[in-house]
Amino acid sequence: MKAHLSRRYLFSASHRLHSEAMSEAENHATYGKCNNPFGHGHNYIVEVTVSGPVDERTGMVCNLADLDSFMEREVLARYDHENLNCLPEFAQQVPTTENLCMSIYEIVNRSFSLAHLERVRLEETMMNSFEYAGQDQLRR
Amino acid sequence: MVYLTRKAEFAASHYYHNPELAPEENRRIFGKCNNPNGHGHNYTLEVTVKGEVDPRSGFVVDLKQLKDIMQREVLDAMDHRFLNKEVPEFVHRIPTTENIAIAIWQRLASKLQHAQLHRVRVYETPDLFVDFYGES
Repeated sequence: MKAHLSRRYLFSASHRLHSEAMSEAENHATYGKCNNPFGHGHNYIVEVTVSGPVDERTGMVCNLADLDSFMEREVLARYDHENLNCLPEFAQQVPTTENLCMSIYEIVNRSFSLAHLERVRLEETMMNSFEYAGQDQLRR
Repeated sequence: MVYLTRKAEFAASHYYHNPELAPEENRRIFGKCNNPNGHGHNYTLEVTVKGEVDPRSGFVVDLKQLKDIMQREVLDAMDHRFLNKEVPEFVHRIPTTENIAIAIWQRLASKLQHAQLHRVRVYETPDLFVDFYGES
């Protein structure tokens, strides 16, 4: 039996939305108050969904302790209480929640081997969220 | 095709233990969930059904019927119960959230008329949930 397991994690980070490819006026028009040069922050919630057969021996898709320690080490330690603009992946791209969601997907997809990554869903505020499933179709 | 989701809540206790494994192996895999006296959760169940909208009633499914089936098949059996001891599926199967979602699917799938079961989602806590789509 194949099941999907989802887990939510919280981290806080700051960012500024600003593109070097745009003029000051264009940046301001595109990003509004998110373009404030001093940046601002969010409490992000990252929701990771993995799938796989339920192990007969353990009743689990994967051990939650393994997923938690992976996410703590590879994702939360990287982003929590950081300024996203200072990280290498955002040196050349704007740290929008779209791009952050895709970056987290790439980290988990590349390095977590104990279950199949289905999607990463990232909430920037209670009012907006983004989902990324790589090349796969998002499942409802 | 329209999808309709109904929620319900139930509170239950459980523990994780595989009798085929040594005690220390059980503790290593299941950690504090291995405490034989059990512990509890407030589970939230979301049942999603899909179907065409009946032109006469405007319904995908009669909600009252769905609510009654969920009450009879799931809540009456699992609410305020010790899953390992009181729910037959979990006498020989570990009541992980994965297995609870599968058991609920199996209890509901054959009971629904007209609409088709699409997904069973079980939240163990607000930060942990399992989806089962009936896939083998």
